[in-house]
Amino acid sequence: MKLLIANGHLIDPAAQENTGMSVLIEDGKVTAWIKPGEGVPEGCEVFDASGMLVAPGFIDMHVHLREPGQEHKETIASGCAAAVAGGWTSVCPMPNTNPVNDNAAITRYMIEQAERAGLANIFPIGAITKSSDGTELAEMGEMKSAGAVAVSDDGRPVPNAGMMRRAMQYARDFDLPVIDHCEDKSLSSGGVMHEGRVSLLLGLKGMPALAEDIDAVRDIILAKDTGAHIHIAHVSTKGAVEAVRHAKNEGINVTCEVTPHHFTLTDRAVEGYDTNTKMAPPLRSQEHLEAIIEGIKDGTIDSIATDHAPHHADEKALEYDRAPMGITGLETAIGLAFNELVHKGVIGLARLVEMCSTNPAKIFRLEGRGTLATGSIADVTVIDPSRVWTYTNAESRSKSRNSPFDGWQFQGGVAATFVGGKLVYKI
Amino acid sequence: MEKPFRRRDLLGIRNLSAEEIVGILDTAENFSEISNREVKKVPALRGKTVINLFFEASTRTRTSFELAAKRLSADAVNISVASSSVSKGETLIDTAMNLDAMAPDCIVVRHSSAGVPHQLAKVSRAAIVNAGDGANEHPTQALLDAMTIREHKKQIEGLEVAIVGDILHSRVARSNIHLLTKMGAKVRVAGPGTLVPKDFQHLIDVESQSDGTSPKSKIQNPKSLVVCDHVEDALDGADVVMILRIQRERQDSAYFPTLREYSIHYGLTNERLERAKKDAIVLHPGPMNRGIEIASEVADSSRSLILDQVKYGVAVRMAVLYLATGGSVVKS
Repeated sequence: MKLLIANGHLIDPAAQENTGMSVLIEDGKVTAWIKPGEGVPEGCEVFDASGMLVAPGFIDMHVHLREPGQEHKETIASGCAAAVAGGWTSVCPMPNTNPVNDNAAITRYMIEQAERAGLANIFPIGAITKSSDGTELAEMGEMKSAGAVAVSDDGRPVPNAGMMRRAMQYARDFDLPVIDHCEDKSLSSGGVMHEGRVSLLLGLKGMPALAEDIDAVRDIILAKDTGAHIHIAHVSTKGAVEAVRHAKNEGINVTCEVTPHHFTLTDRAVEGYDTNTKMAPPLRSQEHLEAIIEGIKDGTIDSIATDHAPHHADEKALEYDRAPMGITGLETAIGLAFNELVHKGVIGLARLVEMCSTNPAKIFRLEGRGTLATGSIADVTVIDPSRVWTYTNAESRSKSRNSPFDGWQFQGGVAATFVGGKLVYKI
Repeated sequence: MEKPFRRRDLLGIRNLSAEEIVGILDTAENFSEISNREVKKVPALRGKTVINLFFEASTRTRTSFELAAKRLSADAVNISVASSSVSKGETLIDTAMNLDAMAPDCIVVRHSSAGVPHQLAKVSRAAIVNAGDGANEHPTQALLDAMTIREHKKQIEGLEVAIVGDILHSRVARSNIHLLTKMGAKVRVAGPGTLVPKDFQHLIDVESQSDGTSPKSKIQNPKSLVVCDHVEDALDGADVVMILRIQRERQDSAYFPTLREYSIHYGLTNERLERAKKDAIVLHPGPMNRGIEIASEVADSSRSLILDQVKYGVAVRMAVLYLATGGSVVKS
């Protein structure tokens, strides 16, 4: 089967391409680039991408798909449906399922569930420690063989520096990046929002920025010591951005991601006590948001990841103190990136593609992805930069509705998503 | 979400203007005489229903609200929910909507979590009155404190007020800071460093940067709130000394070593009170830990107005219930 994504504007930073170009796909792979006007090869289906941006498939390095264990919030199938509707061709689910993804059987199960759904690819992230309880190493080698691309204890970060050091030493044997949710819980526990003037004003317990800073600095020092690759998840503080910038200058093997909500909202959004503004790390103050924007601009921040964290409406209809942390994000990420980064001149389109596709593929060593060079896998995200659209929770494909961006209008959105050459979403 | 039948919620002092505060205080002064009558009842709220929904234990505040409702002839129902809605398997919002379906005119709510009255106000048709939400606000306490101060000092503008104790966790402190600074007083706060964050001095700056939807008083300015390093600095030359209750469970969280040490270094004794003006008055929201945050010699002295506060509490809550359910301000 042949498919031509025709007449679009191809941006493929890995191949250093940024020009009008049609992409020919055969049997799930890219087989040729064809200059516009050179005609359509015989027997070829055509997707007209005139006026659109054609990019290597976007890869979300950080999602929670809740399966197995919490299927009332999300399933792998519903999460993948939301992913492709948001332009993501691949998603990397965190291991905080129930049971925890700390062994090859669960890793394989997750991949099989995604295959059954037939929408997005999934590349699971295995646990660092068994049950993510920070005491015994999980079988990282086995999980990697089963398809895991990184390890993390995410929201339950390894509290003990000795254990983290050992995890990095061991993960390095398998060339697995260690993803780090930086939060020293001795400083943040019980907190429900960013500690600062707004938390004092609202009478909510704060999570200080330094809980993130201290853990980031600790793990950068450990990365230097072990030579392991650490990837800092959802960086949200000025201190953590500065620590990463410094570490990169020192040649330490560290990368990091940012979520759309951390480059969009500040802690002022908590005013009104909407529990859909509660997540970890929390929405920070303006000063931190500005440091995040600077980090995106100067390349300190490598990628955009959603930290899509679905929770059932009933679970969020609680006291602010008691509601669970997390918001959905798969379907709003591109809109937010356009509104907050592209239209405001923070980054150009090539850098957007780099942050959503090229770099995630590089960081997780995903062979044949993150590029549309000849021979690569035909995961393609087609974006209409002029499309004006409104996100509503009611129309979300996720099983959950916990987005603070309900009713937000965007300019720039997904037009179509192809996974392995197959059209899986079209506006 | 706009309510179908918009009533007047009282969620906090923060969103009130000085004029609105004065309106409530004037109305309360008019109502205060009712409690001195032989027959302590007027028909102002006859046929209205008030639900006192208390998720957190309270004797004084709940009784005060109940008496306030009854003296205005409203039907008052008290509901004590020992623990959060979570343990019953019902969401907070469901609990509120079920009560709201019985068509009360006003729901008075107290909860250990900040923001619960705001969450309820979004879904209820009844007016919501905040009777204390976590560490956020306790507006009727600040109003009764203001009434007490007005009765004894004639006006609030220009007064120097010291607030001492656990500022971090105190809704009483927050509501009082908003009220007093809006009314033109100068507020100084002090207590252990663990319980008095330095950022607190920006509390009302944050306010003045806000979106402008909240009505602000002209006399409010950021310099009217100062965080002091020592209790003594806060007390120096004060007209009003407000002592906050130390919640004993805080001690387990290692905010300070022992109650004994707290009483020695931060407690209000006659000796410390010497630093305040000769005619300074002492307030405490209760219940008091005698011998810890306040020495009995101070609590029982003529400068202490703790029982006046309780007395004015009923009048203030009568005014609040009256205004929340549709009444208009009564001028003194």
